Amino acid sequence: MVDIIGGIIKALQLILSGDPTLYGILFRSLFFSGIAVILATLWGTPIAMLLALRDFRGKTIVKTFFNSLIGIPTVVLGLTLFIIFSKGGPLGSLGLLYTPGAIILGEAVLVTPILISIATSAIEAVDPEIMNLSKTLGASESQASIAVLREALNGVLLSNIASFNRAIAELGVALLVGGNIAGLTDVLTTAISRYTARGELDLAIALGILLMIIVFGINMIVLTARKVKILFTWGRSPQ
Amino acid sequence: MTITAELKGVTKVFGDKLVLNDINLEIHEGETLALLGPNGSGKTTLLKILAFIENPTSGEVKFQGETVSVKNADKTRMQSTLVFQKTVLFNTSVYNNIVYGLKVRKIPKDVRDEEVKKALKLVKLEGFEKRPAKKLSGGEQQRVAIARALVLKTALLLLDEPTANLDPKNAVMLEEAIAAVNREMKTTIVMATHNMFQAKTLPYRIALMSDGKITEVDTPAEIFGALSKNLASFAAVDNTFTGTAKVTSSGTTIVDIGNGVQVEAAVQRQGVTSIFVNPQDIIVSKSAVASSARNVFGGRIVEIFDLGPLVKLRVDIGKSFIVQITKRSFNEMQFNLGSRVFLAFKASAVQVV
Repeated sequence: MVDIIGGIIKALQLILSGDPTLYGILFRSLFFSGIAVILATLWGTPIAMLLALRDFRGKTIVKTFFNSLIGIPTVVLGLTLFIIFSKGGPLGSLGLLYTPGAIILGEAVLVTPILISIATSAIEAVDPEIMNLSKTLGASESQASIAVLREALNGVLLSNIASFNRAIAELGVALLVGGNIAGLTDVLTTAISRYTARGELDLAIALGILLMIIVFGINMIVLTARKVKILFTWGRSPQ
Repeated sequence: MTITAELKGVTKVFGDKLVLNDINLEIHEGETLALLGPNGSGKTTLLKILAFIENPTSGEVKFQGETVSVKNADKTRMQSTLVFQKTVLFNTSVYNNIVYGLKVRKIPKDVRDEEVKKALKLVKLEGFEKRPAKKLSGGEQQRVAIARALVLKTALLLLDEPTANLDPKNAVMLEEAIAAVNREMKTTIVMATHNMFQAKTLPYRIALMSDGKITEVDTPAEIFGALSKNLASFAAVDNTFTGTAKVTSSGTTIVDIGNGVQVEAAVQRQGVTSIFVNPQDIIVSKSAVASSARNVFGGRIVEIFDLGPLVKLRVDIGKSFIVQITKRSFNEMQFNLGSRVFLAFKASAVQVV
């Protein structure tokens, strides 16, 4: 029988002792997911603004498309990206397969639909007159769009956080395009799966605890910030 | 006379609705022009076109001599700003709200801070800089919106029903601030209103609007003095009635406005006369109270409009009258749809136009 209690105690010892393998994996997870969210924000936010503020043909179809993609199984996306990145695939020449770059790109693609969907709803919820207000106060079209985005700041931040949570907790993409190479492309989820398979339960449990701390910790920060209304206003008043 | 802005044959169509129909209007530098008309007459759309945030369907808009369209309006917009009827605020501090346009204009920070201070003083909100704008009362919010426009010192200031949702105290304060800006900074003002009283006291000229057309443009004295047909047909303006007037033996005038309703006015008039009673000048009570008011009518509440701190009641006394009271009185009096009420107003509150 598996020694669960012993495993948990050893896991806690590993966490408290600052085990380098453990924290290397943790750092990679945070780094890959963080960069992935930044990338997704860079290309997702303008798309969300376009979807929320402009009227064009097929807008509903585009929105439905992104909404449906939120639930895409990560293994399916991982497999698709594997084919694209592998030798002979469309982007095979980049040599990205089994590199951190592949994981970051893959996770960025994975979280893009969730980011776009949440950000679009947030921008749509802003009073439509904010655009006209900014303009009549002298703003150009792009300055007015930024003013609208600022009004939607809460929702946009929420979209980033939801994306980060999805990225750090997913397994399929990191496993298939990252290859789970120890010390290079292994992240919290893939490492948990590897150590579990090998029977090194203490390491797996320790990683699991860290992952839960991150996911819960982020949500706690969001909730607390909402309570004290840090997120509810933008900018600062003069001192 | 210098022309600040000019509309030539301006038409605006939304869907299949003709909102503005061949508008021709010159706005003179330094004047206060009131657009007076009932709701839905096209005032807001006209203001949005003058603010260059709405493009006319056809026609030409000139600003300081140059033809402008929304596409090349970025520079012109700096000189023409609109205060919306419904207060729109950025979700941030009062300071950040007011400073927005100055930042867009790249005004240095020390000048910005000084200007914001001055603007807040003008609307009597000194020291409100750090307050979250959306936490203020309705009247204060509207004053922030006005300050945000005033601070820009544009050549043209457009106001859409600036006092419509304000209690009388705030309304008077704003009217004074608007008049002061026009007087001291020579700002040209175009103001939409359906409040005849406001149109009578503030502007140099009045443009009467109905159904997307400007039917008359003249001075208040001309418009109100020479019993304008257009004005008299303003059925949609609150408490405007036309009837036959007779001078009484006591020197007042009784105007029969139909359905058995006879209103007593303090001035002498004979024949066809239009009258207007300000909704704020009418006292509403649950029973007929003895008072000095010459006009007392019983009726029923047929409509209730919630305006935030204020409530408007439509009371049918044979003719439909609009009464404006505070939310607090409304709650204390426990009025409901269908409640039997009495309206009272003094003969001197009846304005003969």
